[in-house]
This record gives sequence, C-alpha cells and structure tokens, in this order.
Amino acid sequence: MIPMFITAFIVGGLICVIGQILFDVAKLTPAHTLCILVVSGSILDGIGWYEPLIDFAGAGATIPITSFGNSLTHGAMSEAEKHGFVGVLTGMFEVTSSGISAAILFGFIAAILFKSKGKV
Amino acid sequence: MDEKKYAALEESISPKPPILRNMITAFITGGTICLIGQAVSLFYMTFFDFTERTSSNPTVATMVFFAMLLTGFGQYKKISQFGGAGASVPITGFSNAVVSAAIEHKSEGYVVGVGGNMFKLAGSVILFGVVSAFAVALIKTILVKLGVVSW
Amino acid sequence: MVVKGLLTFASMPIIASTGVTGGPLERKSPFAEGFDKIYDDERSKLSTNEQGHSKMFEETCMIALSKIDLLPSDVDFLLIGDLVNQMTPSNFCASSLQTPYIGLFSACATSVSSLLIAALLTEAGMSTCAIAGSGSQHNAIERQFRYPIEYGSQKPLTSQWTVTATGIAAVTPYKTGYPAIVSGTIGRTIDLGMTDPLNMGAAMAPAAANTLQRHFEGHGTKESDYDVIMTGDLGKNGFNIYRKLLEQAGIKTSTKFRDAGAAFYGDDEDFQSGASGAGCSAAIYFSDVYTKMMMGEYKRVLLLATGALLSPMSAQQGDSIPCIAHAVELIMK
Repeated sequence: MIPMFITAFIVGGLICVIGQILFDVAKLTPAHTLCILVVSGSILDGIGWYEPLIDFAGAGATIPITSFGNSLTHGAMSEAEKHGFVGVLTGMFEVTSSGISAAILFGFIAAILFKSKGKV
Repeated sequence: MDEKKYAALEESISPKPPILRNMITAFITGGTICLIGQAVSLFYMTFFDFTERTSSNPTVATMVFFAMLLTGFGQYKKISQFGGAGASVPITGFSNAVVSAAIEHKSEGYVVGVGGNMFKLAGSVILFGVVSAFAVALIKTILVKLGVVSW
Repeated sequence: MVVKGLLTFASMPIIASTGVTGGPLERKSPFAEGFDKIYDDERSKLSTNEQGHSKMFEETCMIALSKIDLLPSDVDFLLIGDLVNQMTPSNFCASSLQTPYIGLFSACATSVSSLLIAALLTEAGMSTCAIAGSGSQHNAIERQFRYPIEYGSQKPLTSQWTVTATGIAAVTPYKTGYPAIVSGTIGRTIDLGMTDPLNMGAAMAPAAANTLQRHFEGHGTKESDYDVIMTGDLGKNGFNIYRKLLEQAGIKTSTKFRDAGAAFYGDDEDFQSGASGAGCSAAIYFSDVYTKMMMGEYKRVLLLATGALLSPMSAQQGDSIPCIAHAVELIMK
C-alpha cells in the first residue's frame, strides 16, 4: 500500500506539471489545457495505456482530469464490446457518472450555502 | 511605432512567468491532492466493500465534496494561485469550476442563474471528453470488427 | 477652428469638492487614510454586488455634495460611468439621485473623460455644478470580465487587481482657493496589437505615452512644468513600458512620473502588477492628489487616466485591445 502512495504522488504531480507547461510555455488558458488533457486521457485509454497507469499509480491516475477522458472512453468501449456500435453511444457515462453527478449535486448545495467572497 | 517593434519592446519588459517555480509548486500541489485521493480510496477499501478498482468512484465524489467546501469558504483560489495547474488539473479543479460558477450566479436565481451557468467553465471539458471518447471508441470498434486489433 | 482634441478652459472651472470611498480590502492601500469612507461590506448589506456598487456611487456623490452643502436637486449634471454591462450601477445611482444624467464609458479613463465633459459644460456656462467621476466594484467587474470570484486560476505577474472604490468630483465655476481645470487632451484610441487581457498595462502604455506627447506638443508644456504627472492604472508592468516609450521619445522620466494603479496597494505582492478598475484612478486623483493641491503641495498636475476598451467577447474572439488615455491639467493658484 505504501508504494502506491508514493507513485500516486509522483504520477499525479507529473500530470499536473504537464498542465503547468501548457499554461506557461504554450500560453493556453485553463479551459484549453483541461480539454487537451481530457482528450489525451481518452486516447491513452484507446491504445490501452491508461488502465496499466491506474494499476501503477492508483489515485495518481484517477484524480487528474485525464481520468475523466479515460473513463468515458472505457465505458463506451466496454459497451461496444458487448453490443457493437450502439454501445459506443450508450456506454459512455456508465463509468463516469460519479464525478459529474457529484459535481452537479455539490454545486447546487454550494449555491444554497455559500456566497462568493472576493478576498485575496 | 509599429506592432512588431512594440511587441518586441513589451516582450523585453513584461515579467516572464517563473516557469521552474510554477512547475515545482504544481507538482507538489497536484501530488498532494492525489495523495489525499489515495488515502480516501484506502479508506473506502478498508471500511467499505470496495476493491482497488471500484473505489475510484466514491473517491472522486469525495474529492469533489472537499473541493466544494474549500471553494465555498474561499480557500480554493488561494491553493490555485500557489499551485497553478496542480490545483486545476485534478478533479477538484473541475469541482471548483462548477461550484464557483454556481455560487457566482446564485444572484440570478436557481433556474436561470445556477442552472444555466453551472457548467459555463466546466462544460467544455465534458464536451471534449464525450466527443473524443466517442471518436476513440468508434475507431477501436471499427478496428476490432476489421480484425486489426482485439479488445 | 480645428482643435484636434486639445481643450483649454479660459474660465477655469474648479473642483469644489470630492468624495472617495473604498471597499474593505482597500484598507490595505496606503491611500486609504485619505478616503472619506471605507465600507466593511462591499455589498453594503444589499443582496448583490451590483446593488452594492450603485449604493457606493450614490453615497460617494452625497459625500461630495455634503461638503459644499448642496443637494442632488441642486446639481445640473451627473456624468459618471463604470465597467458593468450597460453601466447599470451608474444608471441606478442616477435613478435614485434624480439628477439629469449622461452615462459615460471610457473604461478606466472615465475619471478624466467625465471631468473634461463637466468642465466643458461649465465653461459653456450651462452648468453651475456638475458631478463627474467613476467607480468599480471588484466582484461585479471580475465576474463580468474574467471568472467567477471563487474560481481558482493562477494570476500572472502582469495581472492587476480590480479595486472596489469610487471617486467623485463636483465641478463648479471658478472660485479662488480650489484646484482649477485649465486644459485637457482627449485621447486617440491606440491599438498596437496586444491581445492578453491579463496584461492590460502593456496594452495601455502606448495610449498613455501618445496622449502625453500630444498634450505637451499641443499645449506647449514640458514635463518640468508639473509637480506630478500621474497616469491611471497602467500597473507596475505597464508603467515600466510607458516610461521606456517616453524615454525613446526623448522625454526624461523623473520621480514626478507616477501611476495610480502601481501605487494603489503599495508593494503588496498579492496584487501582482497593482490595481486597475474605473475606481482606481478616480479614487487617488480625488483623494491624494486633490488634498495635496488643496494644501498647496502640488501647484500644477497632469492626470492621464488610461482605459482598455475591450469586452470579454472581443477578447475571446481574438481581437486586440484598443486603448485610450485622456489627460487633464489642474492648477492651484
């Protein structure tokens, strides 16, 4: 278990460093950077590299936004395996639902509870 | 003065982002968030009936919850100022984008304001995630049908 | 007669009184002591930031008027502006004061453009008291131009912090013992292709340099004639570029060259390149500079407010940032 904590820290940190390079060197906005990372996660899953990364780094691979692209693709592909082309469309949110539904729900709760502050 | 000359002058005076420092803080911040995620996932594996694979769903939801609290109490933007991409790239950054937009647009009401604007920052991530997942899965399915690769 | 934007005011309208207010964060400003009122709550206990913004406008106008014992009904013109869409805070303030009103938009240069129009109306004999000024409210402006307040994005070293502040001046015909408006220069819009909305100082610096040169040439003055030449909100980075541009044009930049945005929060690094916003220059011109003129420390000053005339849409569509700078010269007899 302990090595998993170390690999999670390093792999998660490195994915964020890639993001920072896209910010500072490529001068991309946060939105563009995140979209590129999501698409990369999706492609990495297509060629079958993302799942081994999760086995290696645990949360270091599932917490960065790349995992969102991965799990969308993963859901689509595993349904496609069972049902053919229709599965590509229907399987997409099979695995990813937790992140989005949590964000929607907590976003709504936060809107009820909080107000923006605007301090430094 | 023409635009090219001015761009050169501006370039020579405007301070550059401290790239090395930003990379280090992004590494530390992003790494720490993933480390916390790993601890949360260990918690779900130890105390609930989750495996290493299935624990990622409740872990992601829990991290989204933490980020909601930090955003609501005005702390997440401080983490972002320090950590840059280290705070934006993890799922907590996605949560921050959704929650901050939801809080901000509360003043226009829950339906038009919160409902209509919640995904104004995070929506593009969902759009490109879905489109690329569709394309990748489609290509893979075609390749499998053609017998080029296997699942 | 072609004046090419160069104005002279023979009747020398004066600034009879000023009012300046700031938000809670503006306590950190070394200029805060000179403000008439600091709010503990930037919304003034109202429900939205925009309502707080108009409340601040209203109260700042009342502060300026109370110093010369006038009521809003005694005022001929209300000439104010802000940065919110369609300037609703100014509009609501005007609706509550019931003073004849024209909303003015020159982005952060509104402090000077409103002062010049007030002076023109006074010069023409059409006004006995006109209120000029501008303001901004951090939360309301950030959400419109950038991101939601609580959204985490790393601000680069060139970015500026929109102030919560309002500065108002009451312009009346000449009387001795007050700073008088003697001349002004309406700026040309300058666009040298800068596109980064997080580096507005660099976009605005050429406009400031251009207007300053036109003012010197048009009115036959030079930098040694003034006690202070203060730009609006170029910020630390923009101010460096502006000084470089002036040196290239053969104008020596001494310590009398100052910038309200670069100075607003002192050397606090949390604010990156300094302050910006329509309230930034107005607050410092109408508190620090005005008080020093009243006390006789400054005899002749040149105020050059700068504005970046972009919208979030034009920036996202990839257009460059057109910028403007208006100059006004004040003397104290």
